[in-house]
Amino acid sequence: MEYFVQQVVNGLTLGSIYGLIAIGYTMVYGIIGMVNFAHGDIFMLGGFAALIVYLLLVSLFGGVPIALALLIMILVAMVMTGLWNWVIEKMAYRPLRGSFRLAPLITAIGMSIALSNFIQVTQGPRNKPIPSMVSSVYEVFGISISLKQIIIVVVTAVLLTIFWYIVNHTPLGRAQRATEQDRKMAALLGIDVDKTISITFVMGAALAAVAGTMYLMYYGVIVFTDGFTPGVKAFTAAVLGGIGSLPGAVLGGLMIGLIESLYSAYFTIDYKDVATFSILAIVLIFKPSGILGRPEVEKV
Amino acid sequence: MANTTSTPAGADDNLMARALREAFYAALVALGLFVLFVGLKTDQNILNELILVQRWGLLAIFVAIAAVGRFLAVAYIRPFFARQKVTNAITGLLPDSVATRFFRTPMVIAAAVVAIVLMFAGETIAAAVPVSLAPWVTMIRAMSIIYVLAFGFFYFRAYIAAHFNMLAIIALIIYPPVMVYFFGFQGSLKWVDNFGIQILIYVMLAWGLNIVVGLAGLLDLGYVAFYAVGAYSYALLSSYLGLSFWVLLPLAGILAALWGIVLGFPVLRLKGDYLAIVTLAFGEIIRLVLINWTEVTKGTFGISGIAKASVFGIWSFDVSAPNNFAKVFELPMSSAYYKIFLFYLALALCMLTAYVTVRLRRMPIGRAWEALREDEIACRSLGINTVTTKLTAFATGAMFGGFAGSFFAVRQGFVSPESFVFLESAIILAIVVLGGMGSLVGIAIAATVMIGGTELLREMTILKQVFGPDFTPELYRMLIFGLAMIVVMVWKPRGFVGSREPTAFLRESKSVSGSFTKEGHG
Repeated sequence: MEYFVQQVVNGLTLGSIYGLIAIGYTMVYGIIGMVNFAHGDIFMLGGFAALIVYLLLVSLFGGVPIALALLIMILVAMVMTGLWNWVIEKMAYRPLRGSFRLAPLITAIGMSIALSNFIQVTQGPRNKPIPSMVSSVYEVFGISISLKQIIIVVVTAVLLTIFWYIVNHTPLGRAQRATEQDRKMAALLGIDVDKTISITFVMGAALAAVAGTMYLMYYGVIVFTDGFTPGVKAFTAAVLGGIGSLPGAVLGGLMIGLIESLYSAYFTIDYKDVATFSILAIVLIFKPSGILGRPEVEKV
Repeated sequence: MANTTSTPAGADDNLMARALREAFYAALVALGLFVLFVGLKTDQNILNELILVQRWGLLAIFVAIAAVGRFLAVAYIRPFFARQKVTNAITGLLPDSVATRFFRTPMVIAAAVVAIVLMFAGETIAAAVPVSLAPWVTMIRAMSIIYVLAFGFFYFRAYIAAHFNMLAIIALIIYPPVMVYFFGFQGSLKWVDNFGIQILIYVMLAWGLNIVVGLAGLLDLGYVAFYAVGAYSYALLSSYLGLSFWVLLPLAGILAALWGIVLGFPVLRLKGDYLAIVTLAFGEIIRLVLINWTEVTKGTFGISGIAKASVFGIWSFDVSAPNNFAKVFELPMSSAYYKIFLFYLALALCMLTAYVTVRLRRMPIGRAWEALREDEIACRSLGINTVTTKLTAFATGAMFGGFAGSFFAVRQGFVSPESFVFLESAIILAIVVLGGMGSLVGIAIAATVMIGGTELLREMTILKQVFGPDFTPELYRMLIFGLAMIVVMVWKPRGFVGSREPTAFLRESKSVSGSFTKEGHG
């Protein structure tokens, strides 16, 4: 039983990271109906930004309090990746907005290839390990919970609350929801659609940057190819939860995290990704629009 | 557009001020984007700890390029294109007006003279000048030859456009002998193998995927799975059972087609992006199984020593075999014969794919695919069985993927899961979309440009001269590939040959065809 609860805790930690990335996918999908394939690499970029900021802090000031260092890392990474995604949207996606559905998907895949190779060229192809930042572990009822896991879950919960508030209770969120429902009508009613879409991309990237920072802190290592697998898992999470639905993205992320940690705990670790993808396929066969997704009504 | 032809003095100042302002913003944004990733580099020191290396000079170059590029774009390039549009509209020359100015007779003659002189005396001149200048001589030779060839294409453009398919096939058939003539047997290896065969494999794959994505409109992000099935079925069956290539080629196609149906069944109800993610997941599952099922597939080590193909069992390319091709014809031993044979084999397989695609498009099933792509509900209301239509599309596309896979295995002599990553699926899909979905010629052109172009980067020794000996162009290959995907897509969203006209008409084609109307969510 303790073993099981332990795995659930680990799964929830992993799932929080996936959930944070998945929100970026689901928001962009909701608002302009495209799969932003480069989002996984945006996450990786955020991790690298955090890594460089951490090294910069260490080399400039020596020892910095961990809480302060983490805060600075998160903030800088959010700003940096937000800027990147803003530029990417402007240059690669906006010119193709009126075009057919596959065109922005191709530029997004191109962007994904370009981003990971950009980091490979500028930062080198090797693994980038950092010394463990947070190492305390607490024992609660025989379950060991590390401070890292607490930080990840708390940061995710706080961010999701802020995010939920922005989307549901601010003028910006109202503009986003309006743009999502009907872009043309929203524009007619005086919403700056381009700006709203840009802000959506920046917000998605900022959450991915937090996920990247958490990933770096949790695993203590990052490499330029790290965008792909978490990116695909997060995309899977978004689809599993019903793409376009924010609670669905978080739910999907947590589910994927749980499946992964439980499968590797009770079966073989080699096939954990196979299990994840199989469950995705099975869920979609019985519920083609995801768990919380609204079935699309096609107008003829 | 009228105000661009007559530019008053005030507008010029305005333009300059705007260009400077935008250049400043571009510099600011570039500084923000690159300050961490280019200005600082994470590196391992001797203790294996990460340290930061500062590269502010490089960062300054990046920022300067962004600023200057933006300035030129706003101040000169955009007005130039605006003026060009007006000139084209007035003179009625349209795109030709640039080309006619570019190919003036004296320049063509000069270039032809330079090309001929350097073709014959290039080596002696390159040997005579200082070593640092030698690559420039080769580059001038290449440029002048390209210019003259381009002029030839331009001059005969009407004829080429009319007989493109025939000319392309003739060019491909004479390609290996021409390469052997110019570079000798050993020198031609690179051109026939790295360029010829590799591009043909991608053409084959892209034409196969085109059936699924371009014709039936089903977005498949896991196409590489069928490629892997084809490659591994050849590799495994030939090394465990010792079957020959000619038995296994159709078998690999059939197996891949069966997998296409197996994977197609669960996704029948899914649409658009749900379909995309499930196909992607299948692609990953197949790869993970290949990695982890080590008893059969040898995992990440891959299967090596795969048997070579023979010319229908008559002549073999094994060095020890008594009926070795070179021995039978008493030729000097060389691996080039095998590569040239593989080139023609790949060409034949490509032609088969093209032939089947072209014929299928005219059959009821092909029509059903295109109907399915345009509108699934309408398709179903007209009594088309969407289940069989989708499954045949998956199976046919997968079959060609299987052929390409077994060909890949026989060409490499080695397969490992490394070759079947998602990136391959993405590249194949990119070729299909960049070529203009549904257009076989466009896809072939896209494959040549994207794969040939990135391969060409390996050959750019000139860049080593410019950026110093540490510069490795290979490192930038995929970076440039990704950027090229974006640039081409933004520049030509409908692909190189981007028309999606229906193949079937009622009486005659109306002027308002699919390419004039805006597309919905198809």
